[in-house]
Amino acid sequence: MELTRRDALAALAALGGSTAGCTAPTADRLEHSEESDGSAGGDTDDAVAVRPDEGTLATMTAAAEVVFPSSVTGHREFVEAYVVGRVEDREVYRTGLVQTAAALDATARDWHGDGFAALDPVVRDRLLRNLGVDGAEGDPDGTLTDRVRHYVVEELLFALYASPTGGKLVGIENPVGHPGGTASYRQATMSESGENG
Amino acid sequence: MGSESGTAGAAGVDRTPSPDADVCVVGSGPAGALLAHRLADRGRDVVVLEAGPRFSMDDREERMERHIRGTGSVWGMGGERDAFASTGEQAYPLNAARVKGVGGTSLHWQGMVMRLHERDFEMQSRHGVGVDWPIDYDDLRPYYAAAERAFGVAGASDNPYAPPREEPHPLPAFPPSHSDSIFAEACERLGIDMHSVPNARNSEPYDGRSPCVGYGTCKPVCPSGAKYTAESHVGKAEAAGARVVDRAPVQRLEHDDSGERVEAAVYATPDGTEHRQRAEQFVVAAGGVETPRLLLLSESPQYPDGLANSSGLVGRFFMDHCYAGMGGRYDAPTRQKHVGFNTSETHQFYDDETPVEGMKMEFLNYAGPSPVMEAVRADTWGDELLGRLKDAYGTHIAMGALVEQLPREENYVGLDRSTTDDHGNPVPEVHWSVGDRTKQALERANEVQRAVLEELGVDVEWAVGPGNTGPAFHHMGTTRMGTDPSASVVDPDCRSHDLENCWLVGSGVFPTGGAMNPTLTIGALSLRAADALDAELSE
Repeated sequence: MELTRRDALAALAALGGSTAGCTAPTADRLEHSEESDGSAGGDTDDAVAVRPDEGTLATMTAAAEVVFPSSVTGHREFVEAYVVGRVEDREVYRTGLVQTAAALDATARDWHGDGFAALDPVVRDRLLRNLGVDGAEGDPDGTLTDRVRHYVVEELLFALYASPTGGKLVGIENPVGHPGGTASYRQATMSESGENG
Repeated sequence: MGSESGTAGAAGVDRTPSPDADVCVVGSGPAGALLAHRLADRGRDVVVLEAGPRFSMDDREERMERHIRGTGSVWGMGGERDAFASTGEQAYPLNAARVKGVGGTSLHWQGMVMRLHERDFEMQSRHGVGVDWPIDYDDLRPYYAAAERAFGVAGASDNPYAPPREEPHPLPAFPPSHSDSIFAEACERLGIDMHSVPNARNSEPYDGRSPCVGYGTCKPVCPSGAKYTAESHVGKAEAAGARVVDRAPVQRLEHDDSGERVEAAVYATPDGTEHRQRAEQFVVAAGGVETPRLLLLSESPQYPDGLANSSGLVGRFFMDHCYAGMGGRYDAPTRQKHVGFNTSETHQFYDDETPVEGMKMEFLNYAGPSPVMEAVRADTWGDELLGRLKDAYGTHIAMGALVEQLPREENYVGLDRSTTDDHGNPVPEVHWSVGDRTKQALERANEVQRAVLEELGVDVEWAVGPGNTGPAFHHMGTTRMGTDPSASVVDPDCRSHDLENCWLVGSGVFPTGGAMNPTLTIGALSLRAADALDAELSE
């Protein structure tokens, strides 16, 4: 099943996140960090700086390739649209996400000699588990493990499984958290298109 | 102590007292909001003091996310402000059962709105149990209709066990679910009648609010605004001229020298100031726990046992509805968790005499786990997680039930003087237990549920019944209504027997609780009390 920008917009719409930066992304809105590891840019008040740096998007995409089921493709498009929408007008959140992604990337370099996104997916999976992320409780103000759980793993799982596309993988086209209308609950079988198309 | 009115606080929100209030209402849940609106609409000068904050509509999706991800209290309950003691045989999780804020507990309620049955008002004279209400169904009937219009109830006249009604519900009922159709086959064979559920949830646009869009998180938060909350009538009250002051917890009521009238509500504000709100009439609408607590906190030399408590019954007869439930797996998809509300029930067993306790049966649309809520809590990811989610979702099926708990004086809400809240006041003590006869009624509810599920060929995997029941979070009975001042706290108009200008509205006044979700009756009683109070002001 291929994830698309449209899937990300559906996930965002459910969460009250902005879709403005996704529906009409333009080059001049891109705000790359000065630092390749993505650790900067978190505290700026610059209104243009709504988009996480490329390093953050690459790390999130690489994480999605691990935490999403293998039947899913199109990670980059989905993650980019979703993450950009999620951080818009949420500066504290954006800062937390960027710093956490950067710290995860730095850990990958320490442990495996390469950035998180450059590692083999099997190694990424092992790295997350060795960090204890699988058994952690997400906490945006916690340890690195707790923050990775919150900003990376839970965020991605939430984005996927609260969306019709992720729900359909399990058998529900209108999952909890998605405003999919009041027709599907009456139907005996899953609609492939879902109420929202 | 005290301050002059008319000056705004440092934060720009004026929390000083209103200078010429006719009516001071304590609490802005459904009881307080409906009454405040009706009185303001009739030109009365109304001020509402709400302990909790005013929540914006703009962040409801974030509150929903907090619920789904389990990242904290959706409505900020807990901490020193909300400390309490649970001392009965049965633990009572009070802060899961209420919300402090503009709109009150309706912010997180499920939104099921049934009228009590005629016999619920006459349990003593008909069945020799509990106590009769001093009013009957006919007294409340026009107010039930008014409350249904206020809430925008979606319902149908297809329930053969419901009491008589004079007009259709304001909105059409939500159609039955797919899983209702599964239950229908078994119920048909067993001779059990299913019917629609009256929901305080828009099946169509109503009163400026959206129809349901299927977020599936009705309880604890509806991001679309389709579910009624008392914020609706707070807004209407304000539009009609009422003033609603948030973050203004009332500390105590003070009476005059004669002891016959309340003179002022003393409330605190976030800047640490205490104010005195004077008014002609006072209405306490703070729920079945905080209303008796406030009366008990208002003790004085003249009333050492608390205000309006010459009967000694303030806080006594605390009741809740007890939950019975049962579920398992069906051999085909049951299509659960698409919406967060139910569409079918049966009230067929409600008026039975053996046991005499009322019970209403629910056919759940939200049995089993939600995939997304399981996913974010799982200790794995990738294909392994998807496999688990597929195993966990799809064929769950379950029934629920509310069972009546008759009033027992040994169940009470009191003060725990060993613990104080953020203002130094003793915290509420909830002392709750479930007696043997209630347990027998729970057993009967389980019998019916088991019969239906076995008829469907379901292997029952779990049951909640006599040994492990819990409260439905309906706080009732603690300021009971009656005509005898020695045996009740308020009169049939919800005015306290002891103080002529002190009114208590909400489920605390229920002498018995039936087994129907209480909020429609709360609304009806509140509108009726508003009429009586308005008449009093006109004299």
